[in-house]
Amino acid sequence: MGTARVVGSEGERPPRREGAPAGPGGPRKQYFRRRKVCKFCTEKIDIIDYKDVKLVGQFISERGKIMPRRLTGTCSPHQRLLAEAIKRARNIAFLPFTTST
Amino acid sequence: MAKYEIIFIVRPDVAEEDVAKLITQLEGAVATSGGKVEKVEKMGRRRLAYRVKRQREGYYVLFLLEGGGETVKEFERRLKVTDTVIKFLTVRIDEQLRREAKMKELRAKQEARRPKPKSAASPPVSGTQGAAQV
Repeated sequence: MGTARVVGSEGERPPRREGAPAGPGGPRKQYFRRRKVCKFCTEKIDIIDYKDVKLVGQFISERGKIMPRRLTGTCSPHQRLLAEAIKRARNIAFLPFTTST
Repeated sequence: MAKYEIIFIVRPDVAEEDVAKLITQLEGAVATSGGKVEKVEKMGRRRLAYRVKRQREGYYVLFLLEGGGETVKEFERRLKVTDTVIKFLTVRIDEQLRREAKMKELRAKQEARRPKPKSAASPPVSGTQGAAQV
């Protein structure tokens, strides 16, 4: 009984979290949020070119920060490449370091 | 010999011919230092994301070259000396290219493997077609 209650309370909490924490077909499917997939995997981009400002620029926040994986859904290998690309793009003034002006 | 990609920004108030002159000079420098220019691309005027040497705009030029460290060293030295160049970035790209080729190969292999189950599944389709014809 007690354990069941705990499970119930857990079921109410998830809305803050993204993705599906439970296994496939788990009974705790009360909320639905689109599962984020890595853009670079789906579009089969092996090399993230720092010159492609349109692409790379999508992954920085308004303040010019690199967006975290948990917000964009990028997989870790691609996030690493992406971070490198963003830093290069910043170096050559394609992207801002900050946007305070 | 490694492959490099050098991108640099020329001040926006420099005339087009002067940029062309600079490019030919650099090409000559690459040749004399034993390198090879693969591609030169004028990316044109763009807004800079932040001010560089008080400029808000810049004229981007991209060089793809093959050569050793000497070539790059000489190239960068020239860029530093040239007053009209306000910023540059060198990236070694041969490993990236290799990675890309490898991934392509892998993908091609996967593609080649995938159709097989489809072809195995297709006979029933043809069978139904035959039935439809009959």
